[in-house]
Amino acid sequence: MSAVLFFIAAIVAIAGALGVVMLRNPFYSVLALVCHLVALAALFLLLRAEFVAAAQVVVYAGAVMVLYVFVVAYVGGTDVSAGRLTGGAERPSGALRVLAPLFGLAIAVELCIALLGTALRGISGKGAPYVLGFGTPEQIGTEFLTRYLFPFEAASLLLLVAAVGAVVLARRRRGLEPDEEPVGRPRSRPAYTGTMAEVAGLLSPGRAQRADWAAASADAQAERDRRAPEPTAPAPVAAAAPEDGR
Amino acid sequence: MAIGWYLAVSAIIFCIGAVGVLVRPNPLVILLCLELMLNAANLALIAFSRMWGGPDGQVFALIVMVVAACEVTVGLGLIVAIYRRRLAIDVDELNELRG
Amino acid sequence: MSTTTWGWLILAMPLAGTLAIALGWRLWRGTAAGWIGSLAIALAFAASIGALISLLSHPADHRQLTSALWSYDFTIGVDAKLSILVDPLSVFMALVVSGVSTLIHVYSVSYLDSDRGFNRYFAYLNYFVFSMLLLVLAGNFVLLIVGWAFVGAASYLLISFWYRRRTATAAGIKAFVINVLGDVGLVLGTFFILRRTGTVDFLRVFALAPHLFEHNSTDLVAGCLLLLVGAFAKSAQVPLHTWLPDAMEGPTPVSALIHAATMVTAGVYLIARMHPLFEIATTAADVGAIVGCLTLLIAATIALVQTDIKRVIAYSTMSQIGYMVMGVSVGAYSAGLFHLMTHAFFKALLFMGAGSIIGAMGGEQSLDRMRGFRRAMPFTFLCFLVGGLALSGIPPFSGWLSKDDILAYLDDRGGGFVILGIAGYVGALLTGMYTFRMIFRAFFGEPCEEARELQAGHLHHPETPYNPATGESEDTDVGFPGPEHHIAERDWRMALPMSLLALCALVGGLIQIPGVDDVVSRFLAPSFAGSRLYGLHGSTGTEWVGLIVGALVGLCGVTIAYRVWLARPQTAPQLQERLAPVHRFLSNKWYFDELIDALVVRPAQWLGRFAGTVLEQGVIGGGVTGGTAGAVRAASAAVRRAQTGFLRWYAALMVLGLSAMALYFLISAA
Repeated sequence: MSAVLFFIAAIVAIAGALGVVMLRNPFYSVLALVCHLVALAALFLLLRAEFVAAAQVVVYAGAVMVLYVFVVAYVGGTDVSAGRLTGGAERPSGALRVLAPLFGLAIAVELCIALLGTALRGISGKGAPYVLGFGTPEQIGTEFLTRYLFPFEAASLLLLVAAVGAVVLARRRRGLEPDEEPVGRPRSRPAYTGTMAEVAGLLSPGRAQRADWAAASADAQAERDRRAPEPTAPAPVAAAAPEDGR
Repeated sequence: MAIGWYLAVSAIIFCIGAVGVLVRPNPLVILLCLELMLNAANLALIAFSRMWGGPDGQVFALIVMVVAACEVTVGLGLIVAIYRRRLAIDVDELNELRG
Repeated sequence: MSTTTWGWLILAMPLAGTLAIALGWRLWRGTAAGWIGSLAIALAFAASIGALISLLSHPADHRQLTSALWSYDFTIGVDAKLSILVDPLSVFMALVVSGVSTLIHVYSVSYLDSDRGFNRYFAYLNYFVFSMLLLVLAGNFVLLIVGWAFVGAASYLLISFWYRRRTATAAGIKAFVINVLGDVGLVLGTFFILRRTGTVDFLRVFALAPHLFEHNSTDLVAGCLLLLVGAFAKSAQVPLHTWLPDAMEGPTPVSALIHAATMVTAGVYLIARMHPLFEIATTAADVGAIVGCLTLLIAATIALVQTDIKRVIAYSTMSQIGYMVMGVSVGAYSAGLFHLMTHAFFKALLFMGAGSIIGAMGGEQSLDRMRGFRRAMPFTFLCFLVGGLALSGIPPFSGWLSKDDILAYLDDRGGGFVILGIAGYVGALLTGMYTFRMIFRAFFGEPCEEARELQAGHLHHPETPYNPATGESEDTDVGFPGPEHHIAERDWRMALPMSLLALCALVGGLIQIPGVDDVVSRFLAPSFAGSRLYGLHGSTGTEWVGLIVGALVGLCGVTIAYRVWLARPQTAPQLQERLAPVHRFLSNKWYFDELIDALVVRPAQWLGRFAGTVLEQGVIGGGVTGGTAGAVRAASAAVRRAQTGFLRWYAALMVLGLSAMALYFLISAA
């Protein structure tokens, strides 16, 4: 009975994994992963790890994947298939389409050799005798609060850091999006001091940069009105460029 | 079932995940494949925990889950930020640091 | 006061003079610097006389005295000391040098009166005298080399004194380069000698030499030949002579002092001082004699066709020094040095006279333009006559006694030296010819325009000053000669030294008349104690025969000159036409300049260009540094290709690495 369940769960898990890799639409990939995770939870149950299975469904499939769904919905997930070249620079896609399965196969083969070869001869296939309370929340909880207290606390700290980091990364910058105006107030630095921030356009843009943006918005305007862009844009940039050099 | 079967499944899932990382250009999907690899590792841990009869593997697996969650959070935050800057969501386009 | 203290005083005076003039060059107004310089050298002359008297108070075999101020033993590992050697030879040289220098300083005060570089000139001239005295008083090789080099530097500074004239600066460089070649020879020669003797001190080397070297040993011959290279460069012997005629670009007093009386005699002094070594390495001595002989003939022939009055006198100097070199190389030490002394007198006199007549011509130096100055400049004419007769070896002038002393010695030595003696007589004939050619052309005949002006009482000045060699016009500011010209008839500062020198040229020979007195040989004997050649004399009778032959030969030369250039003046152009190739050969100075240009200068320039372009830019720039840089750049470029920026590429590499590691573990576990 358990063998049958095992095979069903395993096949579903593997199918889900394949779906993640091969489905075009990232949304479908997410859903395939959810399916995979549930199958994995079933496998955990077969291994008598009740709590972990529950945690897997509730936390992983339930929370993390929901987060994923939200992001995929927001970002939109372009339909980029593996290996499509969108022009320009060299891409590894072409070569990787061929090589990646090979690499994967290589690792699979090695693992199989490791598994089926020498590594598991010493392991009894049946596992240890079942002890009541194995895999229960009580046991896991006790372990977390006694032997593995430090990793527990470290993990919570990690969660805090991740949460703060996520907020910082994804927060909306003040100002308008289309023009990508800089973060915060421009600091009192002289123009063209050559800081990286300046080059990235984040700090104290000079006249040239503002002219650039003005030109860009003027360009956008012109495209809408189908008029030629202002000629002033290249000149200040060109005039400023030699100054920039020294 | 013998432990070996579980480990074999874990190995297969891991390799599928590795191939997925290499093949898909969408960073979201790459993160998903990373999740696959982590899950494969979790399965192996649980299997061994069952084999030895101790809870250590399960504890480890739970911690791995926590780490995976954090990583997903930060990764998705990055992708959102990239999306906000109007850059393509394609790791081949994102091959240069700016500044 | 001890003799060596007098020696240090001889050195200290011109040094003080140089420093005073040089450090205060802005202070001295008018001709003050000139008088300070003259005073300094006059004091040096007085100190030389003091040294002489003090030296004579010692017994004859104790007349080689050294004194050291401090020693450099412990720094350079050789027993070099700041030491002087006061002995008859050095005192003799010091007397000649300081005496003639004093007179030339006084003459220069007049000659360079209006020159803007007056103070600079006297600083240089005092520095030169100091260097020359250092050279002759040096007690070891190291100080000799120092003095040698200083003298070369002073010569360069003074030849290029009018530094805005390109001809002058080119001449200065030429002189300096050839002098440096001589310096190299001198230093290498010193090294050869030092290697075997282990000491640089003169007296110790001379004491050790007979024991260390056997006759004509290769080491010593090589060393002496290298010393000869130095001597030839300094004394303008063939083939290192090409700088001397060009050195006439310097002011005339400079030519008088450096290139007639003193610096060019340094080579003669060197050979005389090193006589113990040359007497062992007779091959080297023979080389010296032959070169001296060749020089005296070649220079005399060239002097016959020169048109620049100063160059005639320059080639005459070269020729006479050839006599001296020949003399001291074969062992006629006292005769050679006696000729050095008398030559200093009459050659300086001739140059001073030339300066006077050039002044009358307003800076023009060409014999083609000078004519008939006899009545306009009687004093200068008289001086020229005295100098010319002394140079040609006409009795009773000093040149006769000294030059023929050398030739008599050669005849006495016999064997191959007789050939040298005969060559010497031929040279004497030529000497008479060219000397009186110069005098007849300049002073006789129809007076030229400048002479007529002078007879009327007006000294000629050109409207725009110009370079006499090229004719380019120049101004009279710093770096060019001043606007005024002086002549001896009008300026006592020229007339007084010339008179004194004329007197010395007349009676200076009387101190060494064979059979009557031999002041010079007896005085110099202690320096040459131990020489096996010094005392060789024929009998008085044979010497007088030689003297009479010499006098006749000289008179013959004078007569020929009279016939060709005075009695029938059209003879000279006719001869020039008929013997045109010979004339061309001689006017081009036997093509030595062209030869040296082809053999030395062009290869050196080629080497420089080659090193500059091929070696420097190609091999080192392109190959070594460029190659290293290129290799590094290529390596980095190759490595840089791994930085693609593509995430999946990096991931693939990681997977590859992982599988490789797993493979390794699998294999090692198997």
